[in-house]
Amino acid sequence: MSLQMISVILGSLTIASALMVVLSKHPIRSVIYLVITFFFISAMYILMNAQFLAIVNMIVYAGAIMVLFLFVLMLLNLNKEMEPETNRMGIISALVAGGTLFLVLITALRDTFQYGKGYTMVKVPEAGLVENLGKLLFSKYLVPFEISSILFIAAMVGAVLLAKREKQVID
Amino acid sequence: MEQLNNIGASLDFYIFVSIALFSIGAIGVLTRKNMIVLLMCIELMLNAVNLLLVTFSTFFGNGEAQIFVFFIIVVAAAEATIGLSILIMAYRNSKSIDIEMFNKLNG
Repeated sequence: MSLQMISVILGSLTIASALMVVLSKHPIRSVIYLVITFFFISAMYILMNAQFLAIVNMIVYAGAIMVLFLFVLMLLNLNKEMEPETNRMGIISALVAGGTLFLVLITALRDTFQYGKGYTMVKVPEAGLVENLGKLLFSKYLVPFEISSILFIAAMVGAVLLAKREKQVID
Repeated sequence: MEQLNNIGASLDFYIFVSIALFSIGAIGVLTRKNMIVLLMCIELMLNAVNLLLVTFSTFFGNGEAQIFVFFIIVVAAAEATIGLSILIMAYRNSKSIDIEMFNKLNG
């Protein structure tokens, strides 16, 4: 089994599980399929020798963000009749819009496809290893790294403030 | 070693997968009315962009794009937290997670 075959199988599995995220009626099933999609994307990162991002993707996305989604879903205690219904016209127009976006992007990148076809890499890229990324992150990108911590504090304060129980009603 | 390079498949396949993921996410945002599924579709689109950035980073052997992916993951975590807390607040007020509920906010 060649490396190319593995990546083709991985890619088709990724697209299939991403489709199931949109198609499945129950939100909890959507979350599970999204976790599976993230694991496939992590496998692709490993295939491309981006080891640090593969681990971060698994821990942060599949481990933290998706568990947050699941917590909120379980907390809201939704039942069958609360699922909002969709009208047929909206679905058709959304399919047309999304399909057009797909076709336009594919056509715009046609030249890239031709360029990338015969490309062979000389050596295994070492850009994605932890050592190289750490050196970059703590020298050139140190200021954005520190600013992202301020972003996290702002997000945390905002989340606590928004989700705090209050007595006002919108109606 | 003719067609096959070290990143598994050729570059065009990864671009195709990334575009397909992005389009699926966009269709999900446009069709679904459930607010939680909508947020999940936004995460899917962010991941498509991440995949494209990592592909080109590997293709050119340059690690700086992967730093950007790291920051995108950071921003996505903050965005998911804020979005879910807004959702909880909206659900508490109207007992519904339909996105059309926000139509009440006009004027």
